[in-house]
Amino acid sequence: MTLTRRQLLILLPAAAVAWESLLAGTPEASPNYTMTEHWWSMLIDIPKCIGCGNCVRACQAENDVPDGFFRTWVERYHVDDWHLANPEVISPDGGKEGFPVAKEDEGKYFFVPKLCNHCADSPCTQVCPVGATFIGPDGVVLVDPKYCLGCAYCVQACPYGCRYIHPQKKVADKCTLCYHRITKGLTTACCEACPTGARQLADLKNPNDPIHAFLKTHSVQVLKPQMATGAKVFYNELDGSVR
Amino acid sequence: MPGVEGFMYPNEVSLYWSVLIVLYPFITGLVAGAFILASLARIFRVEAVKPTYRLALLTALAFLIVAPLPLQLHLGHPERSYEMYMTPHRTSAMAMFGFVYLWYLMAVLVVEIWLDFRADIVALSQSTIGWRRWMYLAMTLGSANVSPRALAIDERVGWLVTLIGVPSAFLLHGYVGFIFGSIKANPWWSSPLMPVVFIFSAMVSGIALVMLLYMAATRLRRQPIDMLCVDTIARCLFYIFIIDFSLEMLDLIHRVYEADESFRSLDFMVHTRLYFSQIVLQIYIGTLTPILLLALTQVIRLGATARKRIYAVAGSLALVGIFAMRWNVVIGGQLFSKSFLGYTTYKMALVTREGLLVSIGLTLLPLLILAVLVKILPPWPEAEHASIPEAVAAP
Repeated sequence: MTLTRRQLLILLPAAAVAWESLLAGTPEASPNYTMTEHWWSMLIDIPKCIGCGNCVRACQAENDVPDGFFRTWVERYHVDDWHLANPEVISPDGGKEGFPVAKEDEGKYFFVPKLCNHCADSPCTQVCPVGATFIGPDGVVLVDPKYCLGCAYCVQACPYGCRYIHPQKKVADKCTLCYHRITKGLTTACCEACPTGARQLADLKNPNDPIHAFLKTHSVQVLKPQMATGAKVFYNELDGSVR
Repeated sequence: MPGVEGFMYPNEVSLYWSVLIVLYPFITGLVAGAFILASLARIFRVEAVKPTYRLALLTALAFLIVAPLPLQLHLGHPERSYEMYMTPHRTSAMAMFGFVYLWYLMAVLVVEIWLDFRADIVALSQSTIGWRRWMYLAMTLGSANVSPRALAIDERVGWLVTLIGVPSAFLLHGYVGFIFGSIKANPWWSSPLMPVVFIFSAMVSGIALVMLLYMAATRLRRQPIDMLCVDTIARCLFYIFIIDFSLEMLDLIHRVYEADESFRSLDFMVHTRLYFSQIVLQIYIGTLTPILLLALTQVIRLGATARKRIYAVAGSLALVGIFAMRWNVVIGGQLFSKSFLGYTTYKMALVTREGLLVSIGLTLLPLLILAVLVKILPPWPEAEHASIPEAVAAP
């Protein structure tokens, strides 16, 4: 077969595109897991959280999270009487080692575990210039570390402060909802480590998931609903002071 | 935690966009502003600013070449930046940068400069010797025809390119404003006014820069400064500055009056961490002072020397003010927590990849490039087509 210069010029870009997709590879197969059959979310039962920090430690151990950055963290709110707009919030080292003893006063104290909300309409995936961060058919927002430029635009776009640039890998990093575990039928490291069951992984597409009964009988809310991000981490008894 | 006041989400403590991202809109703004000044001469037929036309084009090119460098240096993986061209994400404002940039560089600026300097390039390719001759020969792109008919075609095509260039300049910088203005998570940025404010502030900085460069270069060349030219530029600068300031005040008044959930936090920031850069540097020194100085030249009859001095001071302050504005947008937008409950501090490093020295280098680099460009393609009025040999120019 002989190639004319014209044909070669047409073929070269096509070959480049083909080579690109070959390099991109295929996702790691997980037997018995069909992405389209799931729509993952998490339920956080605020009254059950005791602020022990087990979830933060479990997450850091499971996912090799660098020091000073957090895929999940716990905040302690202290709301004095009616001052909802001025809560005193602390999260020393992400709540990893628990919290200092609270003062006894008029106010109330409660803990709020935070993690990526795996938003259905996530602003972070919208702004990624190369589509390195995306939402899968199973509703989990992930980052492809081999593709991310490390521009941090997604970090700026997340209203919840859930993303950071990994100091060694120089790419965006965040909670994967322990994707390597949930695709094998396990729960997330944080849910597994929680001693009170304050965190529950939930599959909204599974009609038998207990979350459906819970949602029917409880008053739940997502963080910053005004952001309209389609957040999928649901909080039971979320106080109006929580940001 | 050191440098933190109140509560920050733990991942927010250190800033993700550094001084390099301040430089990026600053430099891009200079490009857009310089080009718009050039278009005044060509499209809007403001003959008085003609002496700065070619200098403005070369300034725009010099700064445009440097514009992507701060972004590139800031990326965690600069070697992957080509992916923005290979697989751009259509919903990302940033993904468009590469295309808008290339369009502006290749389809507008380079073409316009080539068309405008073509006759000079041809003449220089004939009057120089050695490697310079080869360089100019290459730059002619094989076209040595400088007959009046050919030059008339150049002129017409050049006019058309400038006509496309004006909205392109608006697009280039308006889009930079959109990158910030479209982030709903950040109330300091999220505003539909942002692209418009960016465009007008770009015009202010670009026009001020070309005015200063023209005055400095003319002085260095021991030539008389064309006062009609600088007076006209200063008048444009004055009017555009007023529009720019009005837009920024509109944004401010709107925020103060609406006082939404973020207001208390932002207000606190402006009165503390951003007080110097926002109130003192941007508003008092960088905006009100140059506007008042320029207004002075409009209402009082002053001598040429006094006007020149005022223009030099007002132009320099305008550049300081616009840089401060970029700083306050980029750095200011990251100093407060998205929980609106706390504030962090930006610590600029000195010699790191995103440090002060690199930033100073990137600010000076376009001037160095401009010096080279000016050597290769002299933009001065007296050099224009002056060296075309009669025999070649004849029909």
